[in-house]
Formats: sequence, structure tokens, C-alpha cells
Amino acid sequence: MMVETTLLKLSSVGKQFGGLSALSDVSLHIRRGEIYGLIGPNGAGKTTLFNVITGLYQPSVGEFQFNGQGYQACKPHVLARAGIARTFQNIRLFANLTALENVMIGRHVRTRAGVLGALLRNRATRNEERAVVERARELLRYVGIEKPAQTLAKHLSYGEQRRLEIARALATDPLLLALDEPAAGMNATETASLKSLLQTIRDSGITVLLIEHDVKLIMGLCDRVAVLDYGKKIAEGIPEEVRKNPDVIAAYLGASHD
Amino acid sequence: MKFNSKSKALVAALVVALLLLPFITDALFGRGWVRIVDFAMLYIMLALGLNIVVGYAGLLDLGYIAFFAVGAYCYALAGSPHLALAFPMMFPDGVHLSFLIVLPLAALLAGGFGVLLGAPTLRLRGDYLAIVTLGFGEIIRIFLNNLNSPVNLTNGPQGISRIDPVSVANVRLSATQNVLGIEFPSVHLYFYLFLAFTALVIFASRRLERSRIGRAWMAIREDEIAASAMGINTRNLKLLAFAMGAMFGGASGALFAGFQGFVSPESFSLMESIMVLCMVVLGGMGNISGVILGGVLLAILPEVLRHIVVPLQQSLFGKTLIDPESLRMLLFGTALIVMMLYRPAGLLPSRVRRRELDSDEVPESIGRNQA
Repeated sequence: MMVETTLLKLSSVGKQFGGLSALSDVSLHIRRGEIYGLIGPNGAGKTTLFNVITGLYQPSVGEFQFNGQGYQACKPHVLARAGIARTFQNIRLFANLTALENVMIGRHVRTRAGVLGALLRNRATRNEERAVVERARELLRYVGIEKPAQTLAKHLSYGEQRRLEIARALATDPLLLALDEPAAGMNATETASLKSLLQTIRDSGITVLLIEHDVKLIMGLCDRVAVLDYGKKIAEGIPEEVRKNPDVIAAYLGASHD
Repeated sequence: MKFNSKSKALVAALVVALLLLPFITDALFGRGWVRIVDFAMLYIMLALGLNIVVGYAGLLDLGYIAFFAVGAYCYALAGSPHLALAFPMMFPDGVHLSFLIVLPLAALLAGGFGVLLGAPTLRLRGDYLAIVTLGFGEIIRIFLNNLNSPVNLTNGPQGISRIDPVSVANVRLSATQNVLGIEFPSVHLYFYLFLAFTALVIFASRRLERSRIGRAWMAIREDEIAASAMGINTRNLKLLAFAMGAMFGGASGALFAGFQGFVSPESFSLMESIMVLCMVVLGGMGNISGVILGGVLLAILPEVLRHIVVPLQQSLFGKTLIDPESLRMLLFGTALIVMMLYRPAGLLPSRVRRRELDSDEVPESIGRNQA
């Protein structure tokens, strides 16, 4: 028996908003255990692709397979259960809850207690709660923000909020962690420590999908990279190859006129 | 729950004070005030139920009193001679079910109505949701007003009277009972009944708040999209919030009908919904003690005003210049504006305690407010 090496496979996915084609005919596959980068100029459709993968948008055409199963028109919570976790480009934490609670909410999808469990607080529920708190603390430690566990998310610093979002996503026990511009607004030191965090996450066996503007970060971190421009995939491959691709250079710098 | 000896003493004192409250009120202010306190308890239950919907799940509900109405009419129909009018063949004496059966029935029925309201409003948030829920509340009231024909189900605007009083284990709460040589008048007995139910509602609210379900509700309140991306089935959890809130409302409605012995549609006007919402907002959305405080204040203050304003004006001017009802609205409006300016999160905002706990010595226990 061969282990399926492809974790996520998109086949000719397209997404239309009215007459605007935000994505057209995008096919790509992400292998287990790699860091896959997605780059492209502003408005190229990166975030749209993200939203399609995580169920916030339904693809207009095409389909995608995750972990060997096809998903068509699925709600975000179904995909989260299947093992796709994400962060958001403009941070979307639960602002008035503590850092710890934010991560505990990430455990929702892997726990079971219902109303009856909450009211009776029986042994199973108590054990589950204890495990949730323990795991949440562990994850805060893992991303390096165990100190402000009881601070409201909105009072954390920008870098801490980015890390908290990653911790919350990891709490869902994902197979694929999708990060939408995690280094946006970070300084060089913060970016460097984010890079090592992402490597640690990859080494723990979680596949990472990364949208990023910081080309240096992408090139130094990703195993493979895809480039989107005007909703189309114009290149894919290892970073060195992609960097030399004339289409990519044209997309970023503008085509030459000769 | 773990208490240290100091808070243990405090809780014991509180329990004793609450148990003596009807007697103290009776002795100091007269029996009419015990009745007012009873009503305040009903309002607290209602406000705590609405707090689940508005405070925890963040779903603005302006028609909450409809669930109170459903519970009250459920109790009224299942415990009065009224149905003999509509179905003389089936129920020659009306229906007289036991309180212990009707109460859960009323709660379940109201919960069903909660889902009924929730289902079409799942996509709505904020002001849009408020408008639809407001409409729902009015629909229920208008139905109650008009369901006296073709079959006289609700007796229309006249309402249903001669409702059976609550009786538990053959003790009728409508009559004075003598226990161990102490006379317990009816209003006192109802007070203890309501106290027990309020305690139950507080207990359930607290446990729900600090559970997987409660956290999911708060996640939806904070950011619905992020919540669903974290694997929370927002549809089911919003319906659950509507149903749980409605169940509390329905149960208090049933208690209200039994206590009052009479229900009519005018008890369930939009103003009542707004009143309950104000209790939640004034006290501090999402915080149980805040909501209780809001309920006590808004239920008792109008009565205090009524008993002070009229005699005061009489003695000063010899006649009543300002009617207490309009003065109440004036003060109420002013209070809300002042609140919004200076304490927008309510008198007891839900996170004050949390910030106090921000120190390093966070207990290892699960609940964060268990100290």
C-alpha cells in the first residue's frame, strides 16, 4: 500500500464574482509535509483561493480533494473538522476573550461535550475540559506566548496576536495549516522567529500553505511555490526555478515592451 | 465549586438574607411589596434567559417576551377551565394538569418556538435580526389577541382567567400555609418557589457559560466567520442559543401564569421585551451578576418611584402634577443615556473580574471565576 502523498489537490477551480473572474482554472497539489507558498501581486486571487479551500467561498467550477476525499460546497466547519485550519490576513481573533480561551475554542471541533455535559459537569466533561485547558496552554507555550494567557486577545501586541491565531488554528489538530500573510507588518526579528516557528510546525508533520508578500521569507522557507496572477496560476515549482521564470518577473515588474 | 471560609460565610449570609427577605419586606413595607419582589424574581429569570441569547451568543432579540407569552399561555391552557369553552366534548372541565408536568411542557414548547424564530433568521445579524425578532414578538401577541375565533383558543383580549395556582405535592401556594407554627402567606410561598427557580437558572447559566458550548457561543458573538473557520457549526449553536433562552423564558412564563392566575395579551407587549433587554444591557451583557442587578433595579425602581412621587407631590403641591409613569420613562431614558456615555459595558461589565485575574497566579482549575 502506498501512502497518498498529495494532501490537497485542486482541479481547474474557478471562482466568479458576478462578471469578475477572481480565479480561473487553477490546478495545484500540495504534498504532505511540505511548506507550500502562494505568491502573486495584489489582487491576484490568493485570498480568494484561500477562502475557497477553507469553505468561506464555494467554487464556481472545479473541485478539490483533501486527504483523499472530494469536497464540494462545504461549510467552513466541515473543512475544519476534515483538517484544514487557517489564519486571516486581517487578524480575526475573538477580541474580548482571553488568549487561553481563544485557543480553547480551537479545540471545539475535537471535543464533544454538549448542553447536558455542561449542566451536569460529569466526569467525562470535567476530564475533557481539563484536557482542553492543558492542550491550550501547551499550544500557547509552543508558539511562544504562554505569559499573556489570561490577557484579552485585543490587548495583545500585534506579533502576539499573529501567533495566537496560529495557536488557535493548531488547536484544531489540522493536517493542513493555511496562513494568510502571517508576516504582514512584522519587523525583521519577528519575521525570523516566525520562520523558525513555521519550520518547527512543518517538522511536527503538519503541512503548511502560506500566502506571503515577503519574497525573502517565501524563498527561504517554502519547499514549493505557486504564483498567481489575475486569477491564473502562472508558475509552480521550487523557489529557485520560480524566481527565474520570465512570466513571474513580468507579473511582478511589468512586461517589457520590446 | 471551592469556597474559602470567608466567601463561605458570605454565601451563607446571603442565603439566610434571601430566605428572610419576604418576612423583612412584609414587616417593613407591607405585603404589596412582597408581591413586587416576586415579580422582580420573574424578571430576573427572564433577563437571565435573554442573556444567553444576547449576552453570550450576541444575537440581538427584541421579541423575547414572546417566549414568556408562550410559556404563560401554555400553563394557562393546561391549568384552567378555559378549554372547556373551545372543546366541550373533549374537556368538559377544561384541562388541569399538574404543575410538574406543565412547567417542562411550557419550557419545551417555548424552546420549540425559539427554534422556529431562529431558523429563518440564521443569516441575519445586528439590526436586521433585531427587526425580525421584534416582528416575531408582535406576531405572537397579535395571535394571542385574535385566536378567539373560529375556535376560542386564547379568549382574545379578555385573556384567560381562573388559572390553577401552582401546587407542589398537594400544597397549594395560593393559600396561607402553616409550617412549624410559622404562617407563610401565598406571596411568601411564591417567593420561595421563584427563588428556587432563579437559583436553578443562575446555576444553569453559569455552567453553560463555562463550557464548550458557552465558549462556542461567545466565539460566534465575537466573530462568526472566524468561529466557523475554527470548526464551530454556527447554525446549530445559534439555534441552540435561541432554544435555551426561550426555554428559560417559557418556564418563567408558566410561573407567571400560575402566580397571577390570569393572562392576557397586553402583558406581552413590545415594551416588555425592551424592558427585559434593558435589564440585560444596563446590568452588563454576558455577566450573570450584572444581569441580576439590572433586573432588580428595573423591576423595583418604578415601584419605589410610584410610592414616593405621588405622596411627595401631594404634600408639596396638594395635587399630582407629574404622573409617575411618565416620570419613570423620563428617568429611565436619562439613565440609559448616562449609561451609554459613562458605562457602555453595563453596571457590572463581564470582564472586570477577568482583568483582576490577569495576575500570574492563575488557578490551575478549569473555571476562571471559581475563586
